[in-house]
Amino acid sequence: MAFLEIRGVNKSFRLNGKTNSASSLPVLRDINLAIDEREFVCIVGRSGAGKTTLISLIAGLIEPDQGEILLEGKPIQGPGPERGIVFQNYSLLPWMSVFENVHLAVDAVAPTLGEKEKRERTEHYINLVNLGAAKGKKPRELSGGMKQRVAVARGLAMDPKVLLLDEPFSALDALTRGTLQEELARIWIGTQKTVVMITNDIDEAILLADSIYTLASGPGATLGPAARVETPHPRSRSQLGREPGYQRVRRETVSVLVSARSGQGGTSSAASGKAQLN
Amino acid sequence: MTRRIDFATVVLPVLGLGVMLLIWTILSTTVARDLPSPMKTWEESKQYVLNPFFKDVEMNQGIGRFAFLSLIRVAKGFLLAIVIGTPLGFLLGLSVFFYRTFDPVIQILRPISPLAWLPLGLVIFRQSEPAAIFTIAICAMWPTVINTAVGVRSISPEYLNVGKVLKLSRMKTLQRIIIPGSLPYVFTGYRLSLGLAWLVIVASEMLTGAPGVGGFLWQEYNSLVYSHILLSIITIGLIGFGLDRFMGLVEQRFKTA
Repeated sequence: MAFLEIRGVNKSFRLNGKTNSASSLPVLRDINLAIDEREFVCIVGRSGAGKTTLISLIAGLIEPDQGEILLEGKPIQGPGPERGIVFQNYSLLPWMSVFENVHLAVDAVAPTLGEKEKRERTEHYINLVNLGAAKGKKPRELSGGMKQRVAVARGLAMDPKVLLLDEPFSALDALTRGTLQEELARIWIGTQKTVVMITNDIDEAILLADSIYTLASGPGATLGPAARVETPHPRSRSQLGREPGYQRVRRETVSVLVSARSGQGGTSSAASGKAQLN
Repeated sequence: MTRRIDFATVVLPVLGLGVMLLIWTILSTTVARDLPSPMKTWEESKQYVLNPFFKDVEMNQGIGRFAFLSLIRVAKGFLLAIVIGTPLGFLLGLSVFFYRTFDPVIQILRPISPLAWLPLGLVIFRQSEPAAIFTIAICAMWPTVINTAVGVRSISPEYLNVGKVLKLSRMKTLQRIIIPGSLPYVFTGYRLSLGLAWLVIVASEMLTGAPGVGGFLWQEYNSLVYSHILLSIITIGLIGFGLDRFMGLVEQRFKTA
């Protein structure tokens, strides 16, 4: 049995506040996904495809209209720290310092721990994302990359069974993004968490993921077939480009995304297309 | 650069005050003959200003002493207003049920003038001092109530989602997310409430005859010493301005995001 399983999930959003199906917009249609323990899965799709809806469903922040989501064979019940999420816009609490933001998560998942252990654990996660020097700062004093590091530290501090990442690096400049991708890869290798990451950056997905799924554009988006990335971790950006597997995965992924948009297979032109989809 | 700032922050405001004094002088020498001119006002008021803390009898004291008495009264009314108004605002913001039940009542009570509340206060308390404080509190409460409720409701769902994912208890969510998240709005409410409380003090002192700036104003009107009306008005304005600035600074401290 898969560690995290999504079975036949449909999700529509109501339009104009009416409940009848005629005025509802289908966002996700018949989503099926099986993720193994310690697997790093990326879901790639363009903006508006319903990626955030999908990860919010896994997080339990919204409920599917049909279908079910199982973690270790048990249906999920609302949100919980065992499915720790790193939000796209960081969602750090602005009235708390870096330390307090992470400490809040430690305190929530391990309330029985002594204060000294809680502080040590908080420090551990802050150091893991290289923010030891900024732990007393408020979010408004941090750069985008630093904020995202705090958000990752908080996500890890929930000690989740599955770490959910919702386009964590999309708001960052290319250089910062590269650094953070490498840090995330290093942390993932160190912690061996199961990770589901949403992204619109195919190269990012290939650098990090074991399996890549494409979410074809909505309304009523479905998941495409998985593309496996067999290159062993840790991967380096420069080495990836030379691998035949990289070209193959890139071509497959791009073609699914492009054909989903235009309704026809355009593989040859798609492969040379931009990898960053917006 | 410094000179420019001086021009904008010193010269222009002084110019504005000068224009005001000029209009006052012209009015007092032309259409409103009973209105004391600025010079006359100063001449007749200077003993109250230069010696602000003298006390002759209860209704003949330095303007500083009157202002202090009024401020004490306002402080009591204001504290009562925020002690009642803040929790009320949180309840309105947190509970749709509570909001639907009490919002209409609040919307009806809110526009009622202090002049209408005061007699009711006198009926209830049978003494002028608690009646005045009751009036200040009930008139000054609404901005705190409404701003607090708006603050709670405008907390970003992102922050609430953090609480949900962490499965924080209702109490923890309130302590760690809802209260700190709404503080900027709460303090805006406090600033507006304090302004209203100061506005109400004059009316309540005039009607109860309590010693204070408003009481002094009304007494001097009845004694036909019109320059002291102007002295009181200027004092009320300056103190109100000072209070607003002070609360503005406090408010600034709680601006988070």
